[in-house]
Amino acid sequence: MFDNFPLWPDRASTAAANVDALFIFLIIVSGLMTALIFTAVIYFAARYRRQKGVQAEQIEGSTPLELTWSFIPLVVFMVIFAWGAVVYFKSRTPPRDSTEVYVVAKQWMWKLEHAEGQREINELHVPVGRDVKLIMTSQDVIHSFYVPAFRMKQDVLPGRYTVAWFRATKPGTYHLFCAEYCGTQHSGMIGSIVVQEPAQYEAWMSGGTTGPLSATGGKIFAELGCVTCHRMDAQGRGPNLQGVFGKPVQLEDGRTVTADENYVRECILDPGAKRVKGFQPIMPTFQGLISEEQLNALVAYVKSLSQPVAAGTKTAAAAPQNQEQDKAKPAGSQVQ
Amino acid sequence: MATATVPPPAQPIERENYLNKHYGVGSWLLTTDHKRISLLYLMSITFFFFIGGFFALLIRLELLTPAGDLVQADTYNKLFTMHGMVMIFFFLIPSIPAVLGNFLVPMMIGAKDLAFPRINLLSWYLYIIGGILMLHCMLTGGVDTGWTFYTPFSTAFTNTKIVEAGLAIFITGFSSIVTGLNFVVTIHRMRAPGMTWSRLPLFIWAHYATSIIQILGTPVVAITIVLVAVERTLHLGIFDPKLGGDPLLFQHLFWFYSHPAVYIMILPSMGIVSEIIACFSRKRIFGYTFVAISSISIAVFGFLVWAHHMFVAGISVYAALMFSLLSYSVAVPSAVKVFNWTATLYKGSIRYDAPMLYAFGFLGLFTIGGLTGLFLACLGIDVHVTDTYFVVAHFHYIMVGGALMGYLGGMHFWWPKISGKLYPEGWARLAALIVFIGFNLTFFPQFILGYVGMPRRYYQYPPEFQVLNVLSTAGATVLGIGYLLPMVYFLWSMRYGKPAPDNPWNAAGLEWKTQSPPTTYNFEEEPVVTWEAYNYEELDAHPDEEAPSVG
Repeated sequence: MFDNFPLWPDRASTAAANVDALFIFLIIVSGLMTALIFTAVIYFAARYRRQKGVQAEQIEGSTPLELTWSFIPLVVFMVIFAWGAVVYFKSRTPPRDSTEVYVVAKQWMWKLEHAEGQREINELHVPVGRDVKLIMTSQDVIHSFYVPAFRMKQDVLPGRYTVAWFRATKPGTYHLFCAEYCGTQHSGMIGSIVVQEPAQYEAWMSGGTTGPLSATGGKIFAELGCVTCHRMDAQGRGPNLQGVFGKPVQLEDGRTVTADENYVRECILDPGAKRVKGFQPIMPTFQGLISEEQLNALVAYVKSLSQPVAAGTKTAAAAPQNQEQDKAKPAGSQVQ
Repeated sequence: MATATVPPPAQPIERENYLNKHYGVGSWLLTTDHKRISLLYLMSITFFFFIGGFFALLIRLELLTPAGDLVQADTYNKLFTMHGMVMIFFFLIPSIPAVLGNFLVPMMIGAKDLAFPRINLLSWYLYIIGGILMLHCMLTGGVDTGWTFYTPFSTAFTNTKIVEAGLAIFITGFSSIVTGLNFVVTIHRMRAPGMTWSRLPLFIWAHYATSIIQILGTPVVAITIVLVAVERTLHLGIFDPKLGGDPLLFQHLFWFYSHPAVYIMILPSMGIVSEIIACFSRKRIFGYTFVAISSISIAVFGFLVWAHHMFVAGISVYAALMFSLLSYSVAVPSAVKVFNWTATLYKGSIRYDAPMLYAFGFLGLFTIGGLTGLFLACLGIDVHVTDTYFVVAHFHYIMVGGALMGYLGGMHFWWPKISGKLYPEGWARLAALIVFIGFNLTFFPQFILGYVGMPRRYYQYPPEFQVLNVLSTAGATVLGIGYLLPMVYFLWSMRYGKPAPDNPWNAAGLEWKTQSPPTTYNFEEEPVVTWEAYNYEELDAHPDEEAPSVG
């Protein structure tokens, strides 16, 4: 019966416990407030019901009372606000060295691509206990990547990247919903997140792949001729991209921006918008010429140029390292 | 003082009033009498309410089973879109201001009419033109974007009638703007001698606050709709990222109006609740000044919280932080109101007539709706529950539980004044009870459904959500009966109801000091106010004038 009638969602990520704790706190607070108001209303309504010969007693009001019942709720609200802000901050800040998955949403499917090169549709395999960062964009309208069991939701917009992250804590298969209305098959745009034990996950990962995403990006980089201007050895007509990602960049108009995923993306699609200081506006736009998947590969490639280890080996090396961490604390990551 | 006119027992001779002074269709369609315009609005919004309700019924029937089996996916998407558009723009926003506000604002302040009677009639015609356009739009295909029109879906992807629906809302928006303008000018300029600001009924304060939002907010949504239409037809690149636009800009503009719009719906309802609670507990409202100021501060703060609809939309973390903080600033005045109403009951002399039952219902549902608002304003929780059924339940508790309960309470309270007839009290109490139970059955399960993770606007859903959906649909059936009942007995009472005395509730307020139904110019001579609002102590000091029990 209860399999078919859940009153509480699965709790399968580190964020889920935080959100649930806050939610229970809110239920208690609002439950108390409701009880207080309902009891008062019902008691007064019964106690002071109209009786012959008894007149209402006029009371003008009371400023101290008004200030009290403005101030006390305000304090309670501020506690709720602060707690909520902390939970939100955590859920919005992906830890460093997260495993990266590129997500492309379109009407009405999810396309997911692991940094290691595995591609999936409407299904995402992730290991227990590893931070996974989603770098998401949409090919058409706004969608929203929603995994109730992870208490995680982030809108996916066309024309830019939005980012979300999670760390799964419990193996299982969980719903992936599109939560922003996106047209006819909105409710059909659902998939599943398959959380596996690290060993199983490695077995799954060793299946066929075209090589890491950054390597694919490297090929595209060469095919499109980017490499003729963005040279790796000497300064070409375009900036050398070695070590650029994640660092501040001085722009021609005097501003400084951080070279994040969105900046790299914008530079490829609209090179004139945020031109690097000292370079001529000679780069053509690639808007409409490359697909979202190719764009993601290019971004992954540019990113790999800033990593100490070569792109392909980096992620592979990171995996066993995390595995060992998991072995160190199996109880913590699974019993939750 | 009220001249307690006891109606003659046999066939009463009808006095001249605004209803029987002129006859014929022309006398209605060309009237400038605020009371007749109010009735024109009453008929029009009731029509749209039942259309919107019919859509709701189909939605609930579709959701009875997890599979999409009753209608096509596209049809379902149109159903919830048209349900939202009709209920919000053609029912809830005009409901209390254009019907009860129109009828009562001049009467409560002792005026003959609104400041601009012809503009008042114009507002109804604008509403009707918008309404006909909307009907035409629905009959020839409808819209499938959700009432929120999110870009770029609305501007570049859907093939449905965005521009026509936009035009309908644009035109209707102006009816709302001019009504607000009319109220503000009327309240400033047309108060009877002695009717100072501190003597105004709280109903008037609530409508004043509402009018401010209507005047300042509605033009923004009008501009936004124009931008959507322009983008859709000329591809200017305002919202479409492919052309350099920003889809989030649309959401900012849209919610800048559409969040305050919620207060257009709820504030007048709060005004009604203040009047009813005062009358049926025979007391001045506890903390009159604070209740009045809280209406104004809700209207002002309401403009500063719009982006709390966008916490997961891709705005910056710091913007989200500010908007969450500011959202709690609206919660304080709302809480203050609830505490003051509760305190008013203390040491009152309380009767449970139908209007009071609706007011109690309002208190219960608004409290739940308001408190679940705290969940949504809380950043950490909102990420999980936004765009799920939790939100759907929350805003129905406010907009249907709150606003509609107040509207029905007000309709019962002032029905004797409006129609000159008494409604059947027993049936009315039964209806209030049915609405309350049906409402909770329909929408409470949706809170759970939302937390468990069912997204809104889903035409089919995973089977584990079915039990809660079935409960909700069952509740909707009860609720539907609860809404049909008042329409039936109000219509019945117009012909068969007992004639109403001038002041059946022995209520304070200038509207009760004139005959039922009032004459065209409301008062025989201009009233001079020498008393405070809610002077129930003076009214009850003459027990011989106690009105006969109703029903």
